Parts: sequence; structure tokens; C-alpha cells
Amino acid sequence: MIRQLTSGERRSAATILVALVIVGLAMAAAGRADTLGVHGAIVFLYSLVLLFLVLSVIFDPEPEPSRLSQYYDDPSKVGIVLTMIWAIFGMGVGVWVAAQLAWPELAFDAAWSSFGRLRPAHTTGVIFGFGGNALIATSFHVLQRTSRARLADQLSPWFVVFGYNLFCILAVSGYFMGITQSKEYAEAEWYADIWLVVVWVTYFVLFIRTLARRKEPHIYVANWYYMAFILVVAVLHIVNNIAVPVSLTGAKSYSIYSGVQDAMVQWWYGHNAVAFFLTAGFLGMLYYYLPKRAERPIFSYRLSIISFWGITFFYMWAGSHHLHYTALPHWVQTLGMTFSVMLLVPSWASAGNALATLNGAWHKVRDDATLRFIMVASVFYGLTTFEGSFLAIRPVNGLSHYTDWTVGHVHAGALGWVAFITFGSLYSVIPWLWKKKAMYSARLVEVHFWLALMGTIIYVFAMWNSGILQGLMWRTYNDSGTLAFSFLETVIAMHPYYIARAFGGLLFLAGAIVGTYNLYMTIRYTPEDATEKAAGDLPVPGRGEAVAAGE
Amino acid sequence: MAAIERDPVTGRLTTGHDWNGIAELDTPIPKVVIFFLVVTFLFSLVWWILMPAWPLITTYTRGALGIDQRTEVEESIEAANAARSIWLSDLAAKDWSQIQADGTLMAKVKETGHRLFGDNCAVCHGASGTGGPGFPDLTDGDWIWGGDPDAIAQTLRVGVNSAAEDTRTSQMPAFGRDGVLDRAQISDVAYYVRSLSDPSLATPETADRIAKGKEVFAANCVSCHGEDARGNVDLGAPNLTDSHWLYGGSASQIVTTIFGGRMGHMPTWEARLAPEEIKMLALYVATMGGETQFTGEQSQ
Repeated sequence: MIRQLTSGERRSAATILVALVIVGLAMAAAGRADTLGVHGAIVFLYSLVLLFLVLSVIFDPEPEPSRLSQYYDDPSKVGIVLTMIWAIFGMGVGVWVAAQLAWPELAFDAAWSSFGRLRPAHTTGVIFGFGGNALIATSFHVLQRTSRARLADQLSPWFVVFGYNLFCILAVSGYFMGITQSKEYAEAEWYADIWLVVVWVTYFVLFIRTLARRKEPHIYVANWYYMAFILVVAVLHIVNNIAVPVSLTGAKSYSIYSGVQDAMVQWWYGHNAVAFFLTAGFLGMLYYYLPKRAERPIFSYRLSIISFWGITFFYMWAGSHHLHYTALPHWVQTLGMTFSVMLLVPSWASAGNALATLNGAWHKVRDDATLRFIMVASVFYGLTTFEGSFLAIRPVNGLSHYTDWTVGHVHAGALGWVAFITFGSLYSVIPWLWKKKAMYSARLVEVHFWLALMGTIIYVFAMWNSGILQGLMWRTYNDSGTLAFSFLETVIAMHPYYIARAFGGLLFLAGAIVGTYNLYMTIRYTPEDATEKAAGDLPVPGRGEAVAAGE
Repeated sequence: MAAIERDPVTGRLTTGHDWNGIAELDTPIPKVVIFFLVVTFLFSLVWWILMPAWPLITTYTRGALGIDQRTEVEESIEAANAARSIWLSDLAAKDWSQIQADGTLMAKVKETGHRLFGDNCAVCHGASGTGGPGFPDLTDGDWIWGGDPDAIAQTLRVGVNSAAEDTRTSQMPAFGRDGVLDRAQISDVAYYVRSLSDPSLATPETADRIAKGKEVFAANCVSCHGEDARGNVDLGAPNLTDSHWLYGGSASQIVTTIFGGRMGHMPTWEARLAPEEIKMLALYVATMGGETQFTGEQSQ
């Protein structure tokens, strides 16, 4: 794969990696009295391994110029493999942490394995590790196909994939050591945040440059979604993570925001991470892999466009619904609630557009588990966005807030929508990228589908029950005017649901393991597809290529 | 650009865009989408008119209903306090026996006490008050500091070996570690103490050992636990003749207690609970031991 880089690109890669090796060494030396030193060592080792890989082929001959008339898919392939590795890690920690809630002894009395450290390792592992890698890998694939143009260069996609995964490793390993800035879904500390900004800006520039080379007159709606995902996540990440390090030789920093402003910035970030990371990016996936797999035209071009602008506009206002009945001024809560209600319309329009696209292909949904993954994802997208708008209504939130209902809602979205659309898209794209006729085993895709669906339903129903029960127990008064239940009694009442939740999660994890096995067998042991269809997956040759060759 | 075609399934025309084989239909936006956009907007508009909503430069629109969450909370707390004040003032005015004789008031005390116990006491004493090693069982009728409501209320207020100035204090010395007793003496006195609640241990063969233990006991233990070993609620010295053991009643557990001493801890609740809450908890905890509860006459 590295041999596909030109000798100039290999030298640039080596230079970047040497610089990173030095940065890692400097961090390790300066932070030797702190956990920062461990992170320095991780940066050092990570870039050293990559440096050796690059140096081992640095004097090899130049790659064939004919590669420039093909799509550049190697970074997507690596990204897909990393997606599945992170899936098993993130979901595995998720099952563990869910089991801890039912059986607290599973923390084994160690600091690193305590609930407070495992929980962000789970959320970061699945959202950023699994979801982020899936988004990056598929965005490269979709962007090239729908623009009919090769990626703008060969080095920056690798920088994005490996740089992004370095961020994920720093984040997750930090949580185990107790490094956190205590902002939900933004726990990574200042140096990891700065690194992610560098990676993310590179990603955005690469995306725009490739888009500028497109051979189609318009920009396909999937690319609008991917672009919104990249751009807005950059803005959110930078604004929410502005912090002052205690010292340049230590991991700890303090946010420049405090009090209710801090809470508002955090949930503006948090809710738009849901919107632009977990929704917009994955809608980009949906808008490509659904019509491709179903072989049906998109139900309505106009609906896709107004939904896109509706979603991007309304979501920006909705974050304050996370702070109902808090110190946040009442008027901000009102705005968050009302925009969340209006947000339902473009959300359902997107879900409807997806399902209506399947008209004429429902027999395929019945027979093809891959397309069924995508269909179920659209249904869960609709369910979750309805639930989200409902929970954002202030009096409803009075019951649901701080309960497991929120956890159930998030997982209806994360399992039913994000993971289902990802698996559906991956099962579609893997045979295309590796030029195989199909996945190694369609039966295993079917097994994965049912494991995932059962797991999701068990999980979500358990959390609906426990959340509503919990909310009601917290607010039930007896005739004396006192709360009827002590907190301890509400915890005891949750126990059976926590067991059910851990079991649902276990089924979902089992599905991901089956999927990873299927991926491995497809890459290693499935014969290549030599048909014309596979060979015809090429960009339109044109003015871009002369530029690319000189780059 | 591909040619504009008619989709055979829906009968719609395509837009003529071609994205790597993906076409789009030129379906107009369904009316239902516009309808619900209007409906949700009107809903929002009404809400904005009624509630605090839009920021102005130095203030914000207050809303036609004049509702604000801070005043809402204050009002609901006031209303709840007013509703409770009827029986709470009753509780404050009456003494222990008057309250215990008042069935309606006691029903409220038990309801509220149950919740207070769960949120404040259950962490150590267990959800049903049965305690655990080092944490007294409140249901066994065996009271270390007295089981009438007044004594319990005092324990709650000042705690045991707590930070309160007038805390109840009690400490069992470390007879072994501090060299007061040797190994044989500890073993003998432990055997004697066990024989008090387990008569099967007193056999002709062990009579000598028990006699030696009793001697040690008389010289070292009676000042707190009493000559009959029935304890003393004024000193917080447990009764050693029953089958309830705070730190365990096996031979090795008793030896450990005598060797290293004991000094339990219960926090003071005066600053954390309101006086009427302490009153309710004392009454509630007093009922936990059921009918068999010990009273003052147990101490000598």
C-alpha cells in the first residue's frame, strides 16, 4: 500500500513521522513526572512503527502512473478494518460497563476499571473509534464515486486515517489513566484536542480539494452531509475545547468556560455532535449506499435538499434542551425545546425519503440482509428523532431527565441507527472495494442482522422500562407529602433491567464479532470478481489528472 | 448528466442527475411535510408568546403567562411545605408517647421515616436495618445506646465518636496490642464470653478455663460491660450475653476484638437533618425492633 505513494510523498510522510517521533519524545521527556509522559511514549511508538513501514519502501520504484486513472481506495480499506476493530473494543467495553451496573464487583476494585473510566472509553470507542472511522472510510469512497474524481492527493488521506486513530488511542488510553477534562463526549485533554484540530482541518481541505475536482455539475446530497459533518464538527470541537493547560508538562487543563456558560457550550457541542457526527455523517452514508444497494432512484431530490437545510438549521438551536430545569435561563430552554420540536419535520422527511426510495425494492429488503440493515436503520432514525423531539419538551423532560430513558434513547440512535447504517454500508462497500462478487457468507450477514436487531430491541425496551419506572419513582409522593421511595429503592428496582440491558448489548457485540469474521474471510478467502461491472468502477479522466500527476 | 427518464415503479420523472448510477426522482415535496412544518412552527410561535423565549439586548421576552421557572419552584416548595405543616407542627408540639399514641400521626411518621432511613441510614445499616459487621442491627431489639425514641434521637443528633462536640464516645481498649493481657488470658476470656451466650461450651472439662476467663473478665471488662456482662447503654457497651454480635461472635472474631480493640463511628446528623426529621427517624427506628425491643431497664 505504501508503494502506491510517490517517492516525494514517501519522503513527506517520513518527514512528518520524524517530526512526530520528536514530538513524542519531547512529550515523554517533559511529562515524565505526569501521565503526559505515557502519552508521549504512545505518540513516539506509534509514529516510530509507521516511520519504519515508510522507510522500508522509501527507495522502491515509483508507482504506475495508471493508478491515477483509478479511485484511491487503500485508505478506505484500512479505515474499514479499523472500524471493525474499534467496534469490538468499544462494544466490548460497553457490555462490561453495562454488566458493572448490574454486578458492581466487576470493577475488580481497580481504578482503571472503575465505572467512571470505562464509560468514556466505551463512548469514545464506539462514537469516535467505530463511528468516526466508518465515516472517514465511507466518505472517501462516496466522495470519489459521486464526484467521479480520484482523491486530490495520496498522502493526506493517510494522514487523516492514522492521525485520527492516534487521537482515538490517546483519548481512550488517557481515560484508563484518569486523564479527562470531564466534558461528556469531549473528555480528551488539550494536546489530543490540538492534534485532532490538525487532523480535522487536513480532512476538510482534502474533502474540498477533491470536491473541486468533481466531474459532475452538482454536489450530491451525500457530500453535502459529509461536508456539514466535517465542517461543523471542527467548529464544535474547537469552541468547546478551548482550555488553559495547568502546565505544558502535564495533561491537566481547565476549560475557559465556567458555570452555566460552560454547561451551555458543552451541550451546544454535545447535541450538535449527535447532529453532525452521528446524524449528518451517517445520512451521507444512507444517501449513497441505500439507493446503490436497492438500485432505486432517490424518492425526492427536493426533499433531500430541504431536509438537509432543515436539519442543519434547526439542530444548531436544540442543545439547550439538555439543560431543562437547571440554572440555564428559562428563555434559552424555551428556544431549545421549540426548535427541537420543529426539527422533527426535516428528520422525518429524511427517514421518509429513505423508506420511500425502497418502493419497488421491498422484495430485496426481504431477501437481502444488507439492505435490511439499511432499512431498519432508517426506521430507527425515524423512531429516535421522534423520541428526541418528544423528550425535548420541557414537562416530558421533567420525567425523563437523568433517568435510563435518556440512555435508551441514545442507544436507539447509536445501535438502531448509527451502527445499523454502518453495517449495511460496510456490507455493501466491502465487496466493491476489495473487488469481490459478494461477502464471504450471506448467511453470516443474516445472523449478524438478527443478533443486532434482537440486541437493540432488548436494550431499548429494558431502558424504556427502567427509565420510566425510575422517573416515576423519583417523583412519587405519599400522603404525608414526602417522596415515597428512597434513592436506594429506585436502584434496587433497576437491577433486572440492567441485567437485560447487558444481555442485549452482548447480543449486539456478538453480531459485530460475526461481522468482523465475515470481513476477514471476505478479504482473505473470497475469489475476486473479474466481471466488467467491477472493472468499470473508475473516475472520469479529465483535467484533474494532469494536476494530480504533478502533485 | 444522464437523460431525464420516467421511473416505471412510481411513474415519476428523474431529475437527470446521475451520481455513480444513483438517480433522483423529481417528486415534489409532499404536502404533509409542509403541513407539519407549519404546525410545528405555529406550536413554537404560541409557546414563544406564552413563555420566556427570545433574547433582547439587555432582557428577554417574558411571555404572556408571566411564568418563570425560579418562581415556579419557589411556589411549589411553598405549597408543599404548607401542606405538610399541618401534621409537622403537630409532630413538633407532641412528646414521644403522645405521638406514639396518635395512630394517624404515626402512620405519617412511618411513611416518611422509611424514606429518610433509605436515603440516610441504609448505606451502613442496610435497606432493612439489619446492619452488618461493624454496623449495628437495628431490628434485633438489642440496643447499644438505648432503644427508646429519646435515646435514638440523641444518638442521631450527636453520633458516636463523631465530630460533634457532645458526641457519644465509646472505645474498647486494645487489650492484646497494648500488652494489657497475654495470649492465654485473651483466649480464656474470649472462651468465657462465648460461654455466656452458648451454655453448651460450659462442660466439666472446660470449667477451669471458664473460671480463669471469668477472673480476667472481672478484672478488665466489668467496668463497661457490667458484672453480669449485660452491657451498659450509657457507655455504649454491648450486651455480651445475647446472640447479637456487632463484630462477630466466633472465637477468632472475639479474640480479634479483644486483641485490637474497637472504636466504631456514626456521624452526627444534626447539621444534615432537620429537627423534625430526626424526630421522625427516631420514632421510625424505634419501631424497627418490633415488640421485643429492650428498654432502659436492661442497663444496671
